[in-house]
Amino acid sequence: MDNKFFVSSSPHIAKKEDVSIVMWTVNLALAPAGIIGIYIFGLHSLLLVAASTIAAVLTEAFMQNARRQKVTVSDGSAFMTGLLLAYNLPPNCPLWIGVIGSFFAIAIAKQAFGGLGRNIFNPALASRAFLLAAWPKHMTVFAKPFAYGVDAVTQATPLSLLKEGKASGLVDMGLSYWDLFIGNRGGSLGEVCILALLLGGLYLLYKRIITWHTPLSFILTVGIFTWAFGSKQGFFQGDFLFHILSGGLMLGAIFMATDYVTSPITKNGQVIFGVCCGLLTGIIRIWGGYPEGVCYSILIMNSVVPLIDRFVKPRRYGIVKVREEGKS
Amino acid sequence: MKKLWYEFVKGIFRENPIFFIVLGLCPTLAVSTSVNNAIGMGLAATFVLVCSNAFISMIRNFIPDKIRIPCYIVVIAAFVSIVEMVMKAYAPALDRALGVYVPLIVVNCIILGRAEAFASKNTVVSSIADGLGMGLGFTLALLIISTIRETLGAGKLAGLSISNTFEPAIILSLAPGALLILGLIMGGIKWIKSSRL
Amino acid sequence: MDKILAIIIANLITNNYILFKFMGLCPFLGVSKETKPAISMGAAVIFVLILSCLMTWALYSYVLLPYHIEYMRTVVFILVIAASVQFIEMVILKISPALYKALGIYLPLITTNCVVLGVAVINTDDFFIAGKPIVGSFGYSILQALFAGLGFMLMLLLMSGIRERLELADVPESMDGLPIAFIIASIMGFAFMGFLGLKI
Repeated sequence: MDNKFFVSSSPHIAKKEDVSIVMWTVNLALAPAGIIGIYIFGLHSLLLVAASTIAAVLTEAFMQNARRQKVTVSDGSAFMTGLLLAYNLPPNCPLWIGVIGSFFAIAIAKQAFGGLGRNIFNPALASRAFLLAAWPKHMTVFAKPFAYGVDAVTQATPLSLLKEGKASGLVDMGLSYWDLFIGNRGGSLGEVCILALLLGGLYLLYKRIITWHTPLSFILTVGIFTWAFGSKQGFFQGDFLFHILSGGLMLGAIFMATDYVTSPITKNGQVIFGVCCGLLTGIIRIWGGYPEGVCYSILIMNSVVPLIDRFVKPRRYGIVKVREEGKS
Repeated sequence: MKKLWYEFVKGIFRENPIFFIVLGLCPTLAVSTSVNNAIGMGLAATFVLVCSNAFISMIRNFIPDKIRIPCYIVVIAAFVSIVEMVMKAYAPALDRALGVYVPLIVVNCIILGRAEAFASKNTVVSSIADGLGMGLGFTLALLIISTIRETLGAGKLAGLSISNTFEPAIILSLAPGALLILGLIMGGIKWIKSSRL
Repeated sequence: MDKILAIIIANLITNNYILFKFMGLCPFLGVSKETKPAISMGAAVIFVLILSCLMTWALYSYVLLPYHIEYMRTVVFILVIAASVQFIEMVILKISPALYKALGIYLPLITTNCVVLGVAVINTDDFFIAGKPIVGSFGYSILQALFAGLGFMLMLLLMSGIRERLELADVPESMDGLPIAFIIASIMGFAFMGFLGLKI
């Protein structure tokens, strides 16, 4: 049944690939970012990844068992959810946060909707938004890179420094674009190393598991928006490169906005999805109360996907007919 | 007497307005952040429910059928205004905590629903029993939801701190947490019902 | 200007009446199974909201306040709302029978939609200080009504899209229907909380 879903609703997959092959390929593409994140933030982040993924897989097995369905944890989708969730957590947050988060992601955001292919919201992101609102104290303190130890030294992320007005630009923060690119900054576990994320993204593009439409339109929109409105000095003076390289934009745009289940079917729809995600991210980053908006913007757009699919479909006859009825 | 008892008990469990008939959700979710607020709201709604049920049942033979709904609403609104004034005078803190949700008791579907479905067809005494049962059922549901939300979301019970080591999930005392809890409770009830059959 | 933007953002998103104040949950759950009725319901609510806000504002500042009978607020407001719903129903029937056919069944339901009374009451709480309307009070009230209605319509529309899609999904039996609708609403709430503190 799962195979059927992917074949019918994902026209951009050229081959009739098995779900589990797709999932494990994505997991493989995610690996470099995680390995570098663990290298940067130390042993605790490895334990966090392990706790989240194990909890996700166990929850999936438990829920499928309770629903008297075939247990399909080997397809890698629950593993991927756990992995993505861990990548979205601060590297030094307590392990129980990862466990509860994975439980929420799988049990509520995925299985309650009917399981794989049926969820409306990206489970990892829904869970992250839940955790951030539930335990803000743990979710907004980020470990300093390369400061290994039990009580790791903490450091604000570049975006929160900007939001709180503690620094006006990269120079104030003592960072360079190169630092942002390779991941030498405070941030969530898997979002910091742009290089590794890009490598993963290119691999997925090469494997034709994702297309360029959503990620590129998402990233470009954030770039243009922050360039236009990102500076208090005037329009078109914002540091767009800083915004593109910081926060969870790359992780979100490449790995989460492209999720088959929770993004539009058509290419046009995907571009609309990406542009809207970018706009919402830009609005939250520049004018909002939170420093980062990638997670929220993707979640909000997840809820719009059914409408996008409805109106950006080749099937236009029905819509015309409805309008004519209204007029008469 | 047995019939009265039946009318009373049905609202508390079998026809619980919130969990089974799903009416009156707006105050349920909004004021269930703490047990104290929940009890206050529950008793206020119960008072209005009993009074309006009794009054409407009393005058049920004099109300023209066509304008019965506006008449019911006026009766309910009058009792709600009484509650508002009493609360402002004697429990100002509760009044501030409940805020706009006190006048909103008027449009709480439970009350209009009972007026239309029960009080307009039954005697005064059984209408009072019905109102009391429905009101207490409403209060009970509020109490359940608010207990969950206050303990897990604020780490307190009726305003008292329960543990030092437990870290409450703040979201549960915010709006989306209320929706989540209610969704899970209703799912749980459905599941228990279906697995029993 | 700041205040206008603040009202717009709060009513549309960060203080959305459905997700964060739970007003209008009954129609939100009842009429969100398909997209088309959802739009009609939203339009009807915006209609009633603006009209009833016009009238409740006028009555409150020219009748209730001068004669010191503020305690009649709840009774008067609910009567006005019921009357304006009736009035709109008749007007629509007269002007456009087609529209009446589309909106007709939803109009009576709006009387007991908490949003309408809620906005009217909140307007008198927000835009009157010590028994006197603040500067621009009338304009703010109408703006609040308009964007409360638009916010209601937005959520109704999103919910209807999602529920149409869930028709095809294999939702576990015990979660099907209302429970899953509440969970969707709560996750939407998490998502829209991202706009908290938004200041343009």
